[in-house]
Amino acid sequence: MALPSTWDRAIKWTALATGFGCLLLSLYQFLVFEPSASGYQLVESYQWLPQIGISLHLGIDGISSPMFLLTGIVIFAAVLISWKISYRTKDYFVLLFFLVSGVYGVFASLDLFFLFFFYELAVIPMYPLIGIWGSSSDFGTFARTKEYSALKLTIYLVAGSVPVWLAIIAMYVESGVNSFDILLLQEVSFSNEFQNIFFPFILIGFGILAGLWPFHTWSPDGHVAAPTAVSMLHAGVLMKLGAYGIIRVGMLLLPQGTITWMPLLITLATVNVVYGAISALGQKDLKYVIGYSSVSHMGYVLMGMATLVPIGLSGAVLQMFSHGIMTALFFSLVGVIYDQAHTREIAVFGGLAKRMGVVAAFFAVAGLTSLGLPGFSGFVAEFLVFVAAFQTYPLFGVLGVIGAAITAVYILRLMATVFFGPLQERWSQMHDASFVEGVGMAILVFTLVFVGLYPNSVMTVINSGIGPLLQRFSTVVGAG
Amino acid sequence: MIDFSLITPELFLVGAAFVVLVGDLFLPKDGKQGLALVSALALVLFIIISISFADAKGSLYNGLVLVDSYTIFFRILFPLISLSVVLMSVDFVPQRLRYPGEYYSLILFATLAMIAMAEAGEIITAYISLELLNFCLYVLVSYARDNPKSNEAGLKYIVLSSFASALLLYGFSFLYGIAGTTYYYGIAQSLSQAGGLNGGLIMALVLITAGLGFKVAAVPFHMWTPDVYEGAPMPVTAFIAVASKAAGFALLLRFFSTALAPIAAEWGIVIAIIAAMSMTVGNLVAIQQRNMMRLLAYSSIAQVGYLLIGLAALNSFTASAVLLHIAGYGVSNLVAFMCATAYFNLTGKDEIRDYAGLAERSPLLALSMAIGLFSLAGLPFFAGFITKFYLFTAAADSGLLWLVAVAVINSLISLYYYIQVVRQMYISQPQEMNRLPIPRLTVGTLVVLLAAVILIGIYPAPVLSAVETAVQVLGLS
Repeated sequence: MALPSTWDRAIKWTALATGFGCLLLSLYQFLVFEPSASGYQLVESYQWLPQIGISLHLGIDGISSPMFLLTGIVIFAAVLISWKISYRTKDYFVLLFFLVSGVYGVFASLDLFFLFFFYELAVIPMYPLIGIWGSSSDFGTFARTKEYSALKLTIYLVAGSVPVWLAIIAMYVESGVNSFDILLLQEVSFSNEFQNIFFPFILIGFGILAGLWPFHTWSPDGHVAAPTAVSMLHAGVLMKLGAYGIIRVGMLLLPQGTITWMPLLITLATVNVVYGAISALGQKDLKYVIGYSSVSHMGYVLMGMATLVPIGLSGAVLQMFSHGIMTALFFSLVGVIYDQAHTREIAVFGGLAKRMGVVAAFFAVAGLTSLGLPGFSGFVAEFLVFVAAFQTYPLFGVLGVIGAAITAVYILRLMATVFFGPLQERWSQMHDASFVEGVGMAILVFTLVFVGLYPNSVMTVINSGIGPLLQRFSTVVGAG
Repeated sequence: MIDFSLITPELFLVGAAFVVLVGDLFLPKDGKQGLALVSALALVLFIIISISFADAKGSLYNGLVLVDSYTIFFRILFPLISLSVVLMSVDFVPQRLRYPGEYYSLILFATLAMIAMAEAGEIITAYISLELLNFCLYVLVSYARDNPKSNEAGLKYIVLSSFASALLLYGFSFLYGIAGTTYYYGIAQSLSQAGGLNGGLIMALVLITAGLGFKVAAVPFHMWTPDVYEGAPMPVTAFIAVASKAAGFALLLRFFSTALAPIAAEWGIVIAIIAAMSMTVGNLVAIQQRNMMRLLAYSSIAQVGYLLIGLAALNSFTASAVLLHIAGYGVSNLVAFMCATAYFNLTGKDEIRDYAGLAERSPLLALSMAIGLFSLAGLPFFAGFITKFYLFTAAADSGLLWLVAVAVINSLISLYYYIQVVRQMYISQPQEMNRLPIPRLTVGTLVVLLAAVILIGIYPAPVLSAVETAVQVLGLS
């Protein structure tokens, strides 16, 4: 950050080193994480404002650990993809890392105040990132300027923080333990009435960030307008913050409220899946397809959570991980195409595979993960979610599978139009992804395949996190 | 025997103000700008003296003036604000105003008045201090003699403010009639014996609330704010927005927590409604504004709404939250005003759309403005986030969750118009491309203010403990 803004290369290398550092540290924490031990690990705690019981309390468990890894991988790939940025480079990377530090902060916080602090910190940089480096889209009758999308996204996300903020303060007051520490608040048993009133606050607040229907409309607009790396981070990691928030704050602290409101969540989640998929089907812009597919896939995450059974929850967390990587891959591929073609309209493309072999191949991997083909990480996750859904709410399970089928339709159709068929004259000058971009995407592809073939690497960690969560519900059921 | 050591700092400040006033007579025309330096030094010395006399506590003149930790807190806070305003004026005054001598001495007198408001232990003293502040401001607002807007603002301010003062005085006279004393503690005693509200007391409270509500620009007594903010010379606007408002709260807080303590809970609902109105009206009307000063005027009305939340449910938790938010709000607002003044000095423009592309023309100014506004909006990393969070938590803890809900929604609304300014600065294309040469003094002041905004934002513990010591003497539960 101290570098003069004219040293373009130096800035990029610093950014790359930082990104790599993030990746290494994330990988490190994932490897040293001990699934068999209970509770939180790598805990750090500092008093910050003892007067009202705020402390900087950090630690990870089986749910946040994979999220850390996800963030590390995505940010590293995102820096590589941003290699071509040439306008106000320094500001761009500074904001990007602000965003990422906010994300890490949320995943690591065991204190509600800091969780909220980092959550807002992750939201602010989005506005300038989209507003300055984003792109506007115009389809004649339907135009979205980048300013519009940036503002919409920011207002939606901050609106989401309103109920969360209220719920956090309410919990603090109600608990009477004079602390924002999640571990201490966990010990408090809030009255059923209180839980039932305030769980929806958490659900809707974080749900907005997770793209929960009907509060999802910021997501496609925002993702489309954002520059590639920001879309990757946003769809890949930031939306996960929402789902993570529901688990960490909502489910952990308000188990009774969770049980009461889960039928609503699963209904909305199913709408997410089907609605997102159908909307993706109708889009003409490559990035909008991916944007709506994110909405649809986040539906699976929420669906898995709402089942409240072990496999559903682990499926949901795995889906968060898998979708994060997958959607980052999608956005980076679209970014590579857009950089050269300067359009994202699906209809004008054709036969790109002949010129962009690597891009096409990677796109195929992402696409197949997306529609849940065995061998990729998406399959394991979606399979778990469906099994859990059939156990608990069979009807919604069926609808979920229909959603997956629609996904297959739009993904395959997309691939067929864009990459195969006769090569159009207009695109004969296009060339493949650069080496740097290739490396970035290859990491993502590798992760998808690795987790797909060897899901246990992640699953054991996730399961160790799900266990304590489920105990919370069983105690409630037992007591109530 | 009167112990003058208790008011040594004040005596020093009076002396300094007269030195500036008289020095003006003897200095040659081109040397008068040195008075800014003298005033700045006087304020710094004042802070040093206040700190070194921090152990001298007690009451003077049978309790007319109370020197306690609450007073000492404001003896440090107010001169810091005045100091920023003086530094803001250094480039502004020679360009646009005549007679620097009176200008700076009026700022010093006003600072004295504000401190007196904080240390008053009796209603007549409080009223006189308030009037001293008002008289300084009447002159300062209309100081740009050749600018019709400034004259208009000055006239409006005098007419409306004297009306408000009359109401306040009338209210005080009712209070005296009921309590038979003008001392805060005496009023508290007789009110607790009388028990509860009655017709005469309500009359008194309504008048007092209106009079002081005008001073702090709470809705529905806020109408003067935008015109005065727009017309007054910019550093004076900053002074009104930050210092005089903080002084109003310094008075309100002591008055409510000592004199009105027995009935504060019953009157709280009225304050709560005023708070809700101030936030909502301030924020909604701010969206419409096209002029930077008017935007900041309405935003300050909204901020008053937040501060009044603390007053609506008065206890030691909310009182310290109010002081903390005054500090956080003050420093953030000073950053915004500093940037606006610097930009006005360089370009002579103060419409929001004139800020287009500021990020290209002066990255520092744009970044500082963005930080100031984001802090006012209450985004993390900056002072505004933690002070608001603390204030809202305190209010919710005192049973005002509904008001907190209104406030949180209002925070969201406020983000919208602050972001519009940021959009102009960062996303819109500039009309002119030349880089703006920012004077070194401005850069230095901005850096210090920004450091304060960020420091309070990430490590508020020292300020909070200072605030808690300050409110201890108020005797709140």
